[in-house]
Amino acid sequence: MNILVLLKMVPDVVEELEVGPDGKSLDTSFLRTILNERDDHALEQALLLKDRLGGKITVLALDAPDMDDVLFTALAKGADRAVKITGAPEGLTTHGAARLCAQAIAGGPGLLPADLVLTGVQALDDLDGLAAPLLAQQLGFAYVGVVTGVTADGPNATVIKEYAGGVRGEFAVRLPAVLGVQAAEKPPRYVPVAKVRAVMKAQKIETVPAPAEAGAALVEVRQMAKPVVSSHAEMLEGSPEEIAGKLCELLAKRGLL
Amino acid sequence: MNDPATTTYLGVPGWAVLWVLAVVCVGLFVWRSAQYVRTLRRARGENRLDQIGKRVGLFAKYVLGQGRLFEEGAIGIPHLLIFWAFVFYATGFWWSLLKGMLPFLPVPYPDDVAAMAFVLEVLGVLAVLSLGIAAVRRYLFTPERLERSWDATLILSLIALLLLSFLAGQGFKARVEGHGLPVANVIGRMLNVASPANWYLGMWWLHMLTVLFFLAYLPYSKHLHLLASPFGVLFGALKPGGVPAASPGASKLEEFTWRQLLNGLTCAECGRCDRACPAFNSGTPLSPKMLMHHLKEMVRGGNEAAKPEEIWSCTTCYSCMERCPVFNEHVAVIVEMRRALVGQGAVDKRLQDALMNLQRYGNSFGQSDRARAKWTQELPFKVKDARKEPVQYLWFVGDYASYDPRLQPVTRTTANVFQQAGVDFGILYEGERNAGNDVRRVGEEGLFEMLREKNMQAIGKAQFQRLVTTDPHSLHTLKNEYDSLNVVHYTELLDELLQTGKLAPQRKLGLTATYHDPCYLGRANGIYDAPRRVLAALGVTLVEMPRHRSKSYCCGAGGGRVWMEDAPGVKERPSESRVREAAALGVATLVVACPKDLVMFQDAIKTASLEGKLAVKDVMELVEEALKPAA
Amino acid sequence: MPANIWVLAEAWRGQISETTLEVLALGREVAGQLGAPLEAVLLGHNAKPLAASLGAADNVLYADHAALADLTPEAGAAALVQLIKERQPQAVLVPSTNLSMDIGALAAAQLQAAFVGGCKDLKADAGTLVAQCVVYGGKLEAAVAATTTPALFGVLPGSRPADAGRSGNVPAVADVAVTLPEAKVKFNRYLEPDAGDVDITQQDVLVAVGRGIQTKDNMELAESLAAALGGAVCGSRPVIDQGWLALSRQVGKSGMQVKPKLYIMLGISGAPEHVEGIKGAQLIVAVNTDATAPVFNVAHYGVVGDALEIAPALTDAVKAKKG
Repeated sequence: MNILVLLKMVPDVVEELEVGPDGKSLDTSFLRTILNERDDHALEQALLLKDRLGGKITVLALDAPDMDDVLFTALAKGADRAVKITGAPEGLTTHGAARLCAQAIAGGPGLLPADLVLTGVQALDDLDGLAAPLLAQQLGFAYVGVVTGVTADGPNATVIKEYAGGVRGEFAVRLPAVLGVQAAEKPPRYVPVAKVRAVMKAQKIETVPAPAEAGAALVEVRQMAKPVVSSHAEMLEGSPEEIAGKLCELLAKRGLL
Repeated sequence: MNDPATTTYLGVPGWAVLWVLAVVCVGLFVWRSAQYVRTLRRARGENRLDQIGKRVGLFAKYVLGQGRLFEEGAIGIPHLLIFWAFVFYATGFWWSLLKGMLPFLPVPYPDDVAAMAFVLEVLGVLAVLSLGIAAVRRYLFTPERLERSWDATLILSLIALLLLSFLAGQGFKARVEGHGLPVANVIGRMLNVASPANWYLGMWWLHMLTVLFFLAYLPYSKHLHLLASPFGVLFGALKPGGVPAASPGASKLEEFTWRQLLNGLTCAECGRCDRACPAFNSGTPLSPKMLMHHLKEMVRGGNEAAKPEEIWSCTTCYSCMERCPVFNEHVAVIVEMRRALVGQGAVDKRLQDALMNLQRYGNSFGQSDRARAKWTQELPFKVKDARKEPVQYLWFVGDYASYDPRLQPVTRTTANVFQQAGVDFGILYEGERNAGNDVRRVGEEGLFEMLREKNMQAIGKAQFQRLVTTDPHSLHTLKNEYDSLNVVHYTELLDELLQTGKLAPQRKLGLTATYHDPCYLGRANGIYDAPRRVLAALGVTLVEMPRHRSKSYCCGAGGGRVWMEDAPGVKERPSESRVREAAALGVATLVVACPKDLVMFQDAIKTASLEGKLAVKDVMELVEEALKPAA
Repeated sequence: MPANIWVLAEAWRGQISETTLEVLALGREVAGQLGAPLEAVLLGHNAKPLAASLGAADNVLYADHAALADLTPEAGAAALVQLIKERQPQAVLVPSTNLSMDIGALAAAQLQAAFVGGCKDLKADAGTLVAQCVVYGGKLEAAVAATTTPALFGVLPGSRPADAGRSGNVPAVADVAVTLPEAKVKFNRYLEPDAGDVDITQQDVLVAVGRGIQTKDNMELAESLAAALGGAVCGSRPVIDQGWLALSRQVGKSGMQVKPKLYIMLGISGAPEHVEGIKGAQLIVAVNTDATAPVFNVAHYGVVGDALEIAPALTDAVKAKKG
């Protein structure tokens, strides 16, 4: 099995997020980035497939601050190759980045043929599209999104997709395919720091130059701001016992007790 | 008296019989012991020859003096006597054996040398009495977790037999010779038999046979601890609270060090570790004694391995190691095994999240490192940034004190007290990371090294004279596991400030309270008195809990346990046991000197339904109270 | 007349979804602002009768194809793309659900059109549609205009009340033909969640737990509270992923939509994916240690505190009150 996993960094929402002076974009001065959580699951799903069926995993990403650490961590977890696309223009939207990655995959060193391309079904900074369907369309691969399980058997894969109400759907997918992963079958695995450091010394991240043409942004951001909160809860104060008392009064008044 | 070696028995001379028995029994003994040594040599190396003077001193106190045996009631003196009787009887045995095998040697038998006979007889009687006491303790008042195995019974019986046979022999000899040493005379008068000379021979052979059998049996029994434990103490840990040198961890025999495997051989299965262990006593699968048993089985070629639930239940409080008379290193073994589990990524989800947060944000709370000093915002003054200006005291605050909303008020109190006392202090703000004490004890050595590097970078850039910490866990690792840092706990600093008058209480608190010795302040670093002096200076009347000072009972948060799921099988959490112990004293206040203790005991008071009866206070809170102007 | 505004209706397992009605309500507003017709697009197989509920639209385009029953993203996207190319709408509003998000994003990719996801609101501004999008997990919002025509908008559940999208009107239904390429993806079957002992969608009182509950053992605090109130326990995704609650107890985008009279949230931050599931809750009380958690913008009453303290206190108070 030849699996590609596409990773990207997104703003870390644990930090305070401020709007920059232009009023339309994030203030990058205190910005910290973290691996898109869905991409982390995509990587884990790829690793689970490799554990079960064997094969090779290549992780691929656009160059970004802290991307190297993430790529080395992926190698330490069991990926076989890490490829970084360098020299892409700044400020690419999801659409632009996806088109660029698709071209890099198509033209890149030994990336194709691939059986599966896994990436997160969405990221919290998507504005003009989703990466997975964009890749699928560019590469001419099959596509299923919101995936929570994958097994493969020869030229086909069986893919589980989530709906609502806890219902899931099972699909037979003719490979090659792009899957937008919602959650891996198991939570992303832990890899000790010592192993990542060992990998940093022993392995290299390959680089490929970004293809000349990037996709354009398909949206225009007119404004970005903290959400205007239309309502806020009435806050209850006091000791736990006092709060419990007040809540009981409330519930009793509404006939809920 | 006839020489037992030259007497013939059915035509065979005694020395010939001895030769046959010696070859067989000593041979078995040597062969089996050599096997153990070979097995230990397959393990990893470890240097335990440093500070030989200190080691010999420990040997003297804890082997020759049987130091730790005195910590439990009734058994101290008996075991000391049994030990010394053994030393002399062993000497006597080899002496007799050699003389018996080579009767032409111009050397008397040991019982023909008055001084030796005297010691053997007196010690023999005392040892027999001691055995009686030991037997009563073992069989009638069995301490919990003491193995009453057939092996132990056999051993005790053999020891009794060899002592009694010798003493009887001396009695018979006294009758034959018409005179003897006082003890022998008394025994001799009790033994009225027809031919005491033959009886003497019979006792001599019974004694030798017993010891020879004992010698052959020894390497197969738990009494192997006789041979191995002196080495355990001699090659033991010189400082409390440590962990093994960096390694990838161990799950198979060859991955442990020889000293770790030796734990299995030195263990006498006495159960002191289990009796002390908070994990064991709260119902979790961990038994430190069984862990040593796993090692013993491993050395013997068995396949028994500790299960992950056992390995993860440990709070690394070091009570087991503090009690163990043979200096076993249970915590070291657990940390090695944890390293192996971490290496495989076999960690539970909560722990994984904590480790990822520590790696990314330098704290286990998953909050931004930038928020570390947010607690200072409510202070009426600006806390100095030690990264930017020199300070006398660099205050290493610690994760819990910085991020936990229940603890931030106490941290602010600490800052206020320092300010009032005129202490020139500063903090590292966002430059501080978790010191790594529990990260290391969870087995993530790589992450520990990373945290240490980052902290040392920040500390290296700051200018200060001494470090002071709120948290004993930080204290322990900064003091013992970082490079030459001069660091004190805040109770030590308070003690100094009170003694030099820089801090002057305005009132006596008139409070009766009890004090909980934190594991990493007390057992790991020997700091028991400074906090007590501080409390005395504040006018607190201290009532000690039964488990106090080095016997203090862990709150259960250490060893990364506070980052993990509750261990399976918990019936009464360690913190609940502790607050019940405090409440039973009739005091209303439990004083602590560690942030985790504060929150653990606050929670335990609720779950143990002691609200209103017991309150937890940090030492700092009492200091602040005492500094308020007198009414 | 400006080009049409379309709404992609969700017909799933024989029903039109509530979110479809919400998006229709939004579409109606937007179409009115632009002075454009509103059309609903219904993709399915033998599903024509469902078109009757789409009366908020001026008319319905109904495409019937065997492959559109239990449709795959590909089949749905292919059909939608064909229709869009033929009829050139200005914008297509797509419910941002697990089902339709895929279809919308894939269709947009094939058309080289923008797929603006996470829209909580949409309005016309001088002839251009500007979406109010939730970004960065809800920490910020962006006013976003698409630069392509057509543009597809993924509309989050809860943008408008579903009732505003109901209409007694019976719309005109036009049958439209689509030809679909050979399928690379085939639907096998649905995997139903284990029924479980409790149907949380029918409960009047729910106690919801999130990450703040910390350990499995603490779940019993929630159980006790639920029992005292005569309700049941449910949870956000992280709790279900941990295995502390069955899948049938999950509330949110991939879980259940619940409409209890009382919804008590313990240690839940209020991420959009969970909040989607509780639009119908009448009284929401949230407990969280973080005063800035988005959950307090959704709840009616809030407590900044430790759920592990508040829950038992509340259980006691409720029991005492009930006597």
